[in-house]
Amino acid sequence: MKSLGMVNISKSFQDVKANSDINISIKQGEILGLLGENGAGKTTLMNILYGLYQPDSGKIRINGKDTSINSPSDSRRHGIGMVHQHFMLIPNHSVAENIALGYEMTPLLFPQRKIKDNIIAYSKKFNFDIDPSRPVWQLSAGEQQRVEIIKALINGADLLILDEPTSVLTSQETRDLFQNLREMKNQGHLVILISHKLDEILEICDRVTVLQKGRIVGEAQTADVDKKSLARMMIGRDIIFQIEKEPMERSERVITIDNVVIKNDKDLEAVKGISFDIYRNEIFGIAGVSGNGQRELVEAITGLRAVESGKIAIDGDDITNESVRCIYNCGIAHVPEERIKFGIAPGLCLYENAILKQHHKPKYSNRFFLAYSKIKQHAKNLLSDFKVMAPSINVQTKNLSGGNIQKLILGREISEDPSLLVASHPTYGLDVGATEYLRKQLLKRRREGGAVLLVSEDLEEIFELCDRIAVMFQGEFMGILNSDDPRLKDIGLMMAGSMRV
Amino acid sequence: MLKFKVTDRMNILPRHSLLSLVFSLGAGLLAISVIFLFSGVNPLYAIFKIFSGSFGSMYGLKETVTKAIPLILIGGGLAVAFRAKFWNIGAESQLLMGSIFGTWVGLNWGPHLPWPVIVPLMFFAGFVGGALWGLIPAILKIRFSINEVISTLMLNYICNEFMKLLIVGPWRGKTKHGFPYTDDLPLSATLSVLPGSRIHYATLIIAVVAVILLGIAIYKTRFGYEVRVIGENPDAAKYSGIDFFRTTLIIMVISGGMAGLAGVGEAAGIHHYLSYPESISSGYGYTAIIVAWLAKLNPVYVILSALFFAGILVGGDAIQISLGLPAATVQVFNGTLLVFLIMGDFFLKNRVALQWGLKRN
Amino acid sequence: MEDIIISVAQRTLVAGTPLLLGTIGEVICERSGILNLGVEGVMSVGAVTAFIITFVTGNPWFGLVAAIVAASLISVIHAFASITLQASQVVSGLALTMLGLGISGLVGKPYIGKPLTIKMQNWAIPVLADIPIVGPILFDHSPFFYMAIVLAALAWFTLEYTRLGITIRSAGENPRATEAQGINVYRVRYWCVIIGGAFSGMAGAHLSTSYSKSWIEGMTAGRGWIVIALTIFALWNPMRAVIGAFLFGGIFVIQYLLQPLGISPNFLAMLPYISTLFVLFIGALRDSRKMNAPAMLAEPYRRGER
Repeated sequence: MKSLGMVNISKSFQDVKANSDINISIKQGEILGLLGENGAGKTTLMNILYGLYQPDSGKIRINGKDTSINSPSDSRRHGIGMVHQHFMLIPNHSVAENIALGYEMTPLLFPQRKIKDNIIAYSKKFNFDIDPSRPVWQLSAGEQQRVEIIKALINGADLLILDEPTSVLTSQETRDLFQNLREMKNQGHLVILISHKLDEILEICDRVTVLQKGRIVGEAQTADVDKKSLARMMIGRDIIFQIEKEPMERSERVITIDNVVIKNDKDLEAVKGISFDIYRNEIFGIAGVSGNGQRELVEAITGLRAVESGKIAIDGDDITNESVRCIYNCGIAHVPEERIKFGIAPGLCLYENAILKQHHKPKYSNRFFLAYSKIKQHAKNLLSDFKVMAPSINVQTKNLSGGNIQKLILGREISEDPSLLVASHPTYGLDVGATEYLRKQLLKRRREGGAVLLVSEDLEEIFELCDRIAVMFQGEFMGILNSDDPRLKDIGLMMAGSMRV
Repeated sequence: MLKFKVTDRMNILPRHSLLSLVFSLGAGLLAISVIFLFSGVNPLYAIFKIFSGSFGSMYGLKETVTKAIPLILIGGGLAVAFRAKFWNIGAESQLLMGSIFGTWVGLNWGPHLPWPVIVPLMFFAGFVGGALWGLIPAILKIRFSINEVISTLMLNYICNEFMKLLIVGPWRGKTKHGFPYTDDLPLSATLSVLPGSRIHYATLIIAVVAVILLGIAIYKTRFGYEVRVIGENPDAAKYSGIDFFRTTLIIMVISGGMAGLAGVGEAAGIHHYLSYPESISSGYGYTAIIVAWLAKLNPVYVILSALFFAGILVGGDAIQISLGLPAATVQVFNGTLLVFLIMGDFFLKNRVALQWGLKRN
Repeated sequence: MEDIIISVAQRTLVAGTPLLLGTIGEVICERSGILNLGVEGVMSVGAVTAFIITFVTGNPWFGLVAAIVAASLISVIHAFASITLQASQVVSGLALTMLGLGISGLVGKPYIGKPLTIKMQNWAIPVLADIPIVGPILFDHSPFFYMAIVLAALAWFTLEYTRLGITIRSAGENPRATEAQGINVYRVRYWCVIIGGAFSGMAGAHLSTSYSKSWIEGMTAGRGWIVIALTIFALWNPMRAVIGAFLFGGIFVIQYLLQPLGISPNFLAMLPYISTLFVLFIGALRDSRKMNAPAMLAEPYRRGER
């Protein structure tokens, strides 16, 4: 492949425009970086290139000729390979078996033995050092990634797309990866690197294209730009402080998080010793790209995940590693990140979901029985107080739109007057109206004496709502700043791990 | 190229459910007729005979109610378990355990106690027996993540052999001429029946009361709410603080216990002594699975569903005699209806649209 | 004494043959991710079909082929329900059992009490069958036995050492990743369910045309359920299934022989099921990876965008 271009690509999912009129190009021996926050549309664009999605309009040009790509096999045939952010590997199988699965030329008999030589040849070419007979679950993240790379290359990929490849790697592994990418570049491959990390883009890419909210907002040769200008392109605004919220004195401390270490599902440290406090009349925000430990932190605070070491205390009571219900009773409410997956029982009706976390409380149940009249009244109140649009409280919850479901969940959690409300990406995927409404509700909570922990990738939201902002990167806080601190103009750098305050 | 587009159906109204049910039963009967035709049986006559045999005469009705009793009990218990997506396939052996425990109490304490004392004791013992046996797969699942389908299935066979061991060995009756049966239960320990029938009404009353209580529990209590949330969305259940461990244990105590009660009913109400496991449990544990399914896991609807399937069982006996068809004919009904219920359920939950798509290359 | 040993050994191998055949099929099916609880019903269909066709044509081999076809066809119901309709595999499998038992009982009724004049004859392998003791035990059996052993080896080899095997196993381990490689997981699973059914059909054919010469209702006598247990006991490995099948089969052969020694035959009959639970228990304590259980067994998989 000598050159590839995506011309005027647009793609929408229902009412969300993921890609608007995107043009990118790359040529042989080049590494192109795709920079942007989560939700900017980078992965969608690459999935179109890889054949997993079909664009609504626009075309793909390979070597100057218009090409149609309708499935992953098409893209592979044209020499495109992709290494996804979440590996598509089978842990119990060996490296050879995993590669054999995706390789067009796998022999029918004894495939593991026969492609072993191929695998070793590729390994040597790029200095990989992979043992084809080892089971994948035994490999480190870096090694697994190399298996994915070999899987792509062995099918004859000229163009290699890597989606956030360094998110699971140690710094040494990252260095090794970049070395490999340089090797590939020298051998004539084309590489597209999706990342939100400025340092890495500047280090390894020749050119960079910046996306924001589905559009291209900037392009440059990496030699010509520096971190600050890239960061500004990525976030898309000069940080002008528009504080619509009234200034509030924060009052007494509500929750103390003391040096907590939390492990993720892969048994690695996702949160590496974070400490902070949150006070009443305050919204404390955690900004940062998803996947830097925010989810694990939220789960630990709400009782869904164990804390390895450190303490969490609310209103003086130690709640480290207590049960979910106990933590809830102590006054921590939670609006979850994936609202349909965790926040509601979709098939149950509205009034039943209105008390999902509260059904054990005396006001909704007496001993064994649920007090349905009170519950239904509560549900009606929720619907009207929080402007949930639904024909009645008797409909199945899954029939509601995302925005209304979120309003229901928020209302449910707020109505119990919790000491701390943890809201995780609360406006993700919502329309403008619902978003605005939810933000107003959070501000109202703050005014009424509650404390709010807001985790969000939406910087606009963070700046609009928060009194103090912490920037989270790879399990640590890069800094905790007051919302009027001028150093916040460098928040992009902090989010990308390049600056600590 | 013909393509089907399948999407979740958003608004499922009760009338959709009813329509789906009627469609499934109708299509099922049609399929059964085809099978009958293929086997050289007049389908209209056969189906007519089945339903007249079970619902068309007093005798038939009484037999139908008799056979419905264990189905109501077990079906109600399964409705609870299945709602939480705990696939209890072991009701057959939970019934047997109940009959074993109940018979032990009846044989050993029966001669010394009057029936107002011994009968409740037997029922209690049977409940305990079934519940204990039901707790085993619950614990295996919670503590050891062992799939409950397999564990309950294995326990069915283990219990089967255990019972055979008892009746040929230590429990072999002295009055049974060497046959592998236990002695008869003393009179005080047997259940009286409605005159002119085999309906052991005590068990029937317990069954109806129990499923009504379970119905109330499922829809009106905290426990029932938690069961429903677990079945709907286990992630949300975890998020909401529901205790999986405790709830699963209680579910299986209920499900196993109900089957155990049915076992006492069969032993003390119908047979009056224990014999081969298959004749005591008669496949009720498996039939009850369909009963619960047809009732859409609503314990109160189970009563109707149980009567329906009991009718098929009785009708199956009837055509065995009148048409000389094998006993397995009933299984044709059960199997075919279940298959069409599955299909009907699918169309209830999904909208299927035909897409006349252009051929892609 | 020698005669007893030979007789017991021979009968063990015969008893284990249908178990082995059924297990090979169920292993293939489960490795692709689908749990098929309908083995008992499918086996029964195979048995009755083999019987009737053999009865009518006088050739047990035609019966075998017909059994395979019939069993495969009826298995499509389960495949359709679990893969296309995404219904609960437990419920669908149970429906298949009932349907299979029912249809076979119905269809076979006219043939009860009419034994076959021609059944599947044993093949004594020349020379080898004359070896004292070992000869009659191993080398003088019905073709079903030899087929079972050969097919077990073939199945094991295919699963472990061929591209097809990797595809099947991957579909059961991680259907999403498999689909991402461009493989149609639905199609793979459909075929595995059908092939699994074919094997159960073969097992049934053995019962009605080789093991015995007649058809009675309920001929499968719970063997289908033993197959399901055996699949787990063998840790989804066809070669281990060989050992397991003869172990389990052997228990039923010596069940009553050991009675004079005071060992209860019922206790012996419990052993296959207890040992299956035991295997699961041990697997739960140790690293479950070594168990070989297909990671996504019985989980419905829905192909989807976003």
